[in-house]
Amino acid sequence: MDAIILQFFNGLEKGSAYALIALGLTLIFGTLGVVNFAHGALFMIGAFCAVTLRKVFEISKVSLDPTKTDFLGKPLEVKTPYVEAWFGETIGSAMINYSVPLAILLTIPVMLFVGWAMERGLIKHFYKRPHADQILVTFGLAIVLQEIVKYFFGANPIQMMAPSDYSGTVNIGAILGMDIFYPVWRLVYFFFSAVIIGGVFAFLQFTTFGMVVRAGMADRETVGLLGIDIDKRFTLMFGLAAGVAGLAGVMYTPILSPNYHMGMDFLVLSFVVVVVGGMGSLPGAVAAGFLLGILQSFASLNEVKAIIPGIDQIIIYLVAIVILLTRPRGLMGRKGVMED
Amino acid sequence: MSNKFSRRGVLKSGAIAGSGLLLPTYLRAESHSGFTNAPTGSEVVFGFNVPQTGPYSEEGLDELRAFQLAVEHLNGEGDGGMLNTFSSKALDGAGILGKKVTFVTGDTQTKSDVARASAQSMIQKDGAVMITGGSSSGVAVAVQGLCQEAGVIFMAALTHSNDTTGKDRKANGFRHFFNAYMSGAALAPVLGNVYGTERRAYHLTADYTWGWTQEESIAASTEALGWQTVEKVRTPVGAGDFSSYIAPVLNSGADVLILNHYGGDMVNSLSQAVQFGLRDKMVNGKQFEIVVPLYSELMAAGAGSNIQGVYGSMNWNWQLQDAGTQAFVKSFGEKYGRPPSNAAHTSYVQTLLYADAVTRAGTFNPCGVVEALEDFEFDGMGNGPVLYRGADHQCFKDVLVMKGAENPTNEYDTLEIVETTPRAQVEYAPDHPMFAGGDLGQCNPGA
Amino acid sequence: MFGLNQKDTKFLLIVVTLTLLTPFLLNPFPTDSAMAQFNAGYPALMQRFAIYGLMAIGFNILFGLTGYLSFGHAAFLGVGSYSAVWMFKLLSMNILPAIILAMIVSGLFALAIGYISLRRSGIYFSILTLAFAEMSYRLAYSVLTPITNGETGLQLNLNDPRVLDGVADTSSLPVPGLFGLKMNSTYTLDIGAWSFDFNVGFYVCAVIAILGFYMSLRIFRSPFGMMLRAVKSNQQRMNYTGLNSRPYTLAAFVISGIYAGLAGALLAAMDPLAGAERMQWTASGEVVLMTILGGAGTLMGPVLGAGFIKYCENIFSKINETILHSWFSFLPDSLESVVVWFFARFVGEGWHLTLGVLFMLIVIFLPGGLVEGGQRIASWWKNRGKDEDSSNQPAE
Repeated sequence: MDAIILQFFNGLEKGSAYALIALGLTLIFGTLGVVNFAHGALFMIGAFCAVTLRKVFEISKVSLDPTKTDFLGKPLEVKTPYVEAWFGETIGSAMINYSVPLAILLTIPVMLFVGWAMERGLIKHFYKRPHADQILVTFGLAIVLQEIVKYFFGANPIQMMAPSDYSGTVNIGAILGMDIFYPVWRLVYFFFSAVIIGGVFAFLQFTTFGMVVRAGMADRETVGLLGIDIDKRFTLMFGLAAGVAGLAGVMYTPILSPNYHMGMDFLVLSFVVVVVGGMGSLPGAVAAGFLLGILQSFASLNEVKAIIPGIDQIIIYLVAIVILLTRPRGLMGRKGVMED
Repeated sequence: MSNKFSRRGVLKSGAIAGSGLLLPTYLRAESHSGFTNAPTGSEVVFGFNVPQTGPYSEEGLDELRAFQLAVEHLNGEGDGGMLNTFSSKALDGAGILGKKVTFVTGDTQTKSDVARASAQSMIQKDGAVMITGGSSSGVAVAVQGLCQEAGVIFMAALTHSNDTTGKDRKANGFRHFFNAYMSGAALAPVLGNVYGTERRAYHLTADYTWGWTQEESIAASTEALGWQTVEKVRTPVGAGDFSSYIAPVLNSGADVLILNHYGGDMVNSLSQAVQFGLRDKMVNGKQFEIVVPLYSELMAAGAGSNIQGVYGSMNWNWQLQDAGTQAFVKSFGEKYGRPPSNAAHTSYVQTLLYADAVTRAGTFNPCGVVEALEDFEFDGMGNGPVLYRGADHQCFKDVLVMKGAENPTNEYDTLEIVETTPRAQVEYAPDHPMFAGGDLGQCNPGA
Repeated sequence: MFGLNQKDTKFLLIVVTLTLLTPFLLNPFPTDSAMAQFNAGYPALMQRFAIYGLMAIGFNILFGLTGYLSFGHAAFLGVGSYSAVWMFKLLSMNILPAIILAMIVSGLFALAIGYISLRRSGIYFSILTLAFAEMSYRLAYSVLTPITNGETGLQLNLNDPRVLDGVADTSSLPVPGLFGLKMNSTYTLDIGAWSFDFNVGFYVCAVIAILGFYMSLRIFRSPFGMMLRAVKSNQQRMNYTGLNSRPYTLAAFVISGIYAGLAGALLAAMDPLAGAERMQWTASGEVVLMTILGGAGTLMGPVLGAGFIKYCENIFSKINETILHSWFSFLPDSLESVVVWFFARFVGEGWHLTLGVLFMLIVIFLPGGLVEGGQRIASWWKNRGKDEDSSNQPAE
């Protein structure tokens, strides 16, 4: 029983990441009709916003300590972060401690800018081009972004700590009278993604802007005929999608140590999630994300693997095949989106 | 069959001031030398085949630094490093057999196919007479097989699977790095001392050949101590989020988690296991512990504070105090501003060992080199007295048991040496069941 | 001639000539010159050009004609390689049985996957093929290791049965061959400062690739090809006219799967090892990129794209800083280090960056891929010398 509850929570947490990435991908598909192979790279850039912020906080004043020596026998360099020197040790170390959540403040403008620049500078010219061209150009862009990050941060994973107050475990079984401990940060991530998803839906549902975009997703031509400049709004949609991907990345860093190719690792998975959810359907993307996350967690149970060896490796793809064969347009796909 | 690929600096004979180019000259300047890529000019080419892109590229780059340093020392540049402490004095810093050492580099991408393509180009295009490098055992085994067929020597660098000198051993291939069996043999007694003999171990294993050989080796040596193995769970390579594999550990009744992961997988699985509070748990009245049998110091830096107090093993570490280590750390540190990793060490040593064997054999012919390396005993390379066993081309030397440092002062001393396990304790018979089924075959000089 | 019209015959003959002269064309620089780094005319790479060219030709029959974008073609390549190596292990080192079995097995595999995947179209089809290929890769890497030898890759052993070859010498591994003609035997021709390699394996691959190209040319020009194009332009209208398009698309899928299996078998024949990563999605993606880069739907494009990517992978990745220093040593020291630093970002460990930048530049400025670049140059040339014959530009 404990194991099942734990795996359910694991599934929720995995699913939150899948859902957030798929949500951004669907926004771009649904509104702009663009296959964005650089979406994984946006997720990665978000994660590296957190790394950058911590590195900035940790920029240090270097002084030599003659009493200690380094590996070559020279005096050891002692580093004091400037933030500790400026704001006092308590606030300074707290800033470093909370660098992951603080990085959200950095991520939002960075991602909006990256999204805006991508759309205006590149994607705009590819709306009328075949999907194959979109794949090639965004894939090329993804490689370029990756290599730039690799140049600055190296290829090894970089560990990011959750704030120390949130890095322990909490007893989630207390209500049921059981002792089931679960990492706090993973719960934080789940609630965070729930807020973001809710925010995006509310934005599309309750604002005029969102209404126009939804109308544009349903029938772009008619909205255009009504004299609404849909393109301008789509630029913002691209920024929004990039922002969602970036936020998904920045908060995920304490769970998964970021490295420069983490985006590629998520890319295929997120496409599968989007398609299982159904092209152009935002609720579908979110539902599919959680569904696949939970199924993947349960497939990793030893009891399940004993029955079907290797099932944990292929469960996502197997489920994708079954769903696509039984439901032609995924869980909630709309007719005519990306079927040509 | 006439694989005559060498073409380095030979054909200037035809270039008699302009007119030579007009006449096709159907000649091969060198005589049939009897082996692939026999160096004919004043230079000899080595091929350094390491991952330069992908998850293991940092390790590949560190290997590359060590290779370049070795080439400098062989050519008499720099301070000579371990050449001064090496027990064999055949090398004099004037190249090898009077030829200057040059090298070509390639990118394996940590894929066997790509690694073989890259090695082929080194052999066919650049005339490399020796290939070295590695990052994963799959790649090492694949390239070793290629070198055997092509007739050049393969000096394996970073490869830890038993298979490299076990069931996939080849006459033209040599490994200086230690292997999974040795990790188990060195680690188990230390674990017995600190954690007692009444432990229940849970293995999480990367689901591919290296993971399996390490799981087998560690399970065998810990069970010999009296430990029980509760479960052996295979995890997909590159899974990223291991939470759904770690959660079942909590209620399994196990009190030790053994992570047979390497690289990024190790960083993630270890960090996530700590997040799940495993190390704060008490099970069966004992403190729960985590063990990482194979450490990489480059990756250990990535795991940060999670690694504190976690035991593992290594082939070598820059904190050793012998003369060879100090000489190497000094020349590497002064050139690159950082201490070498154990991947860099094995790469450097392998290059010197090859050069030394050629000099002692008096020829670049692979069969001569094989003969010179087989059962060669040496010292002064940082691992104490070492034997290159002729029966399987595996080096036998002391193994280091390491522990995550409690108070690291910088990113390079995240690990501390717990014990130097003597060579006698990690030795095994060439036909040990974990290494059985292999056949060196005969050395192949190619051509 | 060959059942082709005059223009196509001429086109085919040009392709044949270029292919057979590859050892000359790819080694334009003298062996000892600084530019020799850019020579690509060594056997292993020439073989790969031909093999991946063949694979891209096959992929183009599906994608270029019908528009169905498969993201799982690497699985067929992998299956072909595994079948071929098993043939080498069990039956004989002759490459013919290996090739035949690989084509049969990959064809059946493609039939099964295609039958299921073609029930959907558009991106749903792409994801279905991707899912099948990724499952094959993951299982081959882990659970199926007894058949595939997992990460290490399936390779030959001294004690393999090889029933048809009889007792071989037990000291070294046999080499794949064609009735005694060994794939790795090479004749090196030295002309002055140049050196050219003529390799049996390359010519075997080249002949098969030319046959594959001829087949694809015939398919492009056939009524069957017309039918496939109709699927691409408007499948719905086709269905309304009472035609069932499924058998046609399935046939195209299986044919291109067989091409991929054949390419896999040739890879194994040139270098008898089959690794699981041949089936990974990145490998499938590479074929897609090759085809788009060269020009999807054109005859020559995919081959050019394949050559382009393999050239980057094998040549740029091998240029290191030492080589850059030797090139730019004529510059003053301070300038040299800046220039070397700059170029080092694009070669060696940074060759991926070159690839990414080139992808973007080509798709932005040459929407039709490399073939369009060729056509633009050709038409520019034509406009200069007005009466120049244009028939040597690609026919599509």
